[in-house]
Amino acid sequence: MSHAVTDASGGEPAASTGTPKKARLSEGRKAERRLGWLLCAPAAIVMLAVTGYPIVYSIWLSLQRYDLRFPGEQEFVGLDNYIAVLSNPYWWTAFGTTMLITVVTVAIEFVLGMALALVMHRTLVGRGLVRTVALIPYGIVTVAAAFSWYYAWTPETGYLANLLAEGGAPLTEYGPSLLIIALAEVWKTTPFMALLLMAGLALVPDDLMRAASMDGANAWQRFTKVMLPVMKPAILVALLFRTLDAFRIFDNIFVLTGGSNDTSSVSMQTYNNLIKGLNLGIGSAMAVLIFLTVALIAFLFVKGFGTAAPGSDDGGKR
Amino acid sequence: MALPPTRPRRHRPPARAAVLACALVTGAGLVTACGTDDNRTIDVYYAPEDNFQTVVDDCNEQADGRYRIVYHKLPRDADGQREQMVRRLAAGDETMDVLGLDVTWVPEFAEAGWIEEWTGDRKAEAERDVLPGPLATAQWDDRLWAAPKNTNVQLLWYDDRLTPEPPSTWDEMIRDSKRLKREGEPHQILFTGAQYEGLVVFYNSLVASAGGRILSDDGERVIIDEGAVEALRILKEITTSGLTDPSLTNQQEDEVRLAMQQGRGAFEINWPFVYASYAAEKPDTLQHFKWAPYPSVQQGEPGRSTIGGYDLAVSSASTNKPAAFEAALCLRSAEHQKYSALKDGVPPSIETVYDDTEPLDPSKPADPEDNPSMATEYPMRGTIKEALQNSAVRPLTPAYQNLSTVMAKVLSPPSEIDPQRTAERLREELTAALDSKGVIP
Repeated sequence: MSHAVTDASGGEPAASTGTPKKARLSEGRKAERRLGWLLCAPAAIVMLAVTGYPIVYSIWLSLQRYDLRFPGEQEFVGLDNYIAVLSNPYWWTAFGTTMLITVVTVAIEFVLGMALALVMHRTLVGRGLVRTVALIPYGIVTVAAAFSWYYAWTPETGYLANLLAEGGAPLTEYGPSLLIIALAEVWKTTPFMALLLMAGLALVPDDLMRAASMDGANAWQRFTKVMLPVMKPAILVALLFRTLDAFRIFDNIFVLTGGSNDTSSVSMQTYNNLIKGLNLGIGSAMAVLIFLTVALIAFLFVKGFGTAAPGSDDGGKR
Repeated sequence: MALPPTRPRRHRPPARAAVLACALVTGAGLVTACGTDDNRTIDVYYAPEDNFQTVVDDCNEQADGRYRIVYHKLPRDADGQREQMVRRLAAGDETMDVLGLDVTWVPEFAEAGWIEEWTGDRKAEAERDVLPGPLATAQWDDRLWAAPKNTNVQLLWYDDRLTPEPPSTWDEMIRDSKRLKREGEPHQILFTGAQYEGLVVFYNSLVASAGGRILSDDGERVIIDEGAVEALRILKEITTSGLTDPSLTNQQEDEVRLAMQQGRGAFEINWPFVYASYAAEKPDTLQHFKWAPYPSVQQGEPGRSTIGGYDLAVSSASTNKPAAFEAALCLRSAEHQKYSALKDGVPPSIETVYDDTEPLDPSKPADPEDNPSMATEYPMRGTIKEALQNSAVRPLTPAYQNLSTVMAKVLSPPSEIDPQRTAERLREELTAALDSKGVIP
């Protein structure tokens, strides 16, 4: 946002001097900035009300012993809930499982999504049809899709389970369960990844590609040296969105295994403590921890991708 | 693109807007405050039961305008039922009057101050002729908090072509199963082994059969005594001898029922609903599908099965409690329990109903097809009644939900149990769960 303003100001001398000292703003600029803030205010206030308040409230709850079934025992306990959660092996098992699912699924989705995006981008005939077909899994309700996977992998009744060796029940073991969960996730969200990456592909100018091939770059070099760098902002958005989403995985696991055999994710555990267990203190502490992890992931992504991040000051210019 | 010409708006009758506004208001009213406008409406929240509406209609007729019951169906699974009720009760929702509670929830709801105590004549009426097991599930702190509606008890189901004489102890069952396996016959021992309440029920039955205890009687302390360790040993033995189904750890009641019907098992531990399903789906071999009392741990001692079922409680936030009590009593009267038992297959909690000989329509002779009696629908009613006399109640504590989740987790998968070590883990983690301080997995 700020760079747009700078760009609009054109040949302001402040930019060329290169001094870190802030240039003095003219009266007009000041008024403009004030107007900007005023125009933003309603949105900012709504955002604060609908996101800020719940976040602060859950942080407040996480510092208390507060179980809805024992309303008389509510008290402030400081960081006790965090200690209870962080020193609990169940939490770390779920954390590990969630991380594993996140890393594996996002990596696979990225590769498949890129391939799918290239196909969709390059298709000449039936472009609309190809794109629509590719997006179908994303349009199906996750729970409904998860149930069809569940029945497919149930011995005796499922067509996929019947392909396995006699007596195999993949959803009753840790490894196979995780594979099936990852499969369901990848099948479901690769189209989303492809869609975001396709938007990135549209950013790559054709003349740039032609210039590269004139210079003798082969297809692989054009892909890695020209396309990927130009697409960086789109890739960041795609990976970031998917990582944050994947880390909060709930519905697929809920339907496929119900969290048995250590396949519970952090979100499921939070649900179990907060909604089933009615323990607002512990549950909120977990919710805050998930929030912090997600914030950390987002921070690392934006840092890792450096200047290419959308919203960073030079907006992808190098 | 040109828009089609619109009709002149000026002459639109103003009434239309008023009607719309009214519909919006009433629509919103339905969501937020159904029933509060008319104090005679009693909102009953109860699990889905196919023919319960008939019972409700009958009670409304008997009430003769004193109250009018509206039956709201809760979700089909117990967790979903509880979630919906506790969320609304914790928020002080006044539009729930009568609550259908699973037998394990009474202490929790009572302790939280969400349900009303039953006293005086109403208490006497709710307790009259009720079997001791089901009655215990409605009590907490020596007081009555709900009226037992129906009960449930697990039996041993077997095929009399495989074992003409059913095993009476777990050791015998394991022996028979091994023999059948050697002979290449269906031999599996089927029970609910998934990581959920069903596994806790199974373990609780084993503990009670072994004479052990999980919690102290007041529900304040974790005990896990010798009997509980013995139960762990049996659970381990059954699941490590190759006698269970490969999908054991994914099996709930219905999967167990199906496995037996498909002829994979020799023995099935399950609720009596399996008989009706078997009768409907495999009538040809029904005469070989037999039942026996819950297997015991020691020869001579009875096996003890965990009780299921529902109790009806009155919400503390209800705006018309006297009518709510009256409605609850009507919904679970002996007459209606008999109806529900015959039409919906839920075993009665009132003892006298089991001895009832009249068919549904007393003017006509009994007929399994369209005029059932307790004799035609419950050939196993003697065994059920006997099992209810020897039944085991799940630990009564307000923190049961935590306890159950932790127990299911620690016991899963049953084949990995190491009796002494698992018992130690149970003691440790159940203590934390009782205080609602620990983390639920």
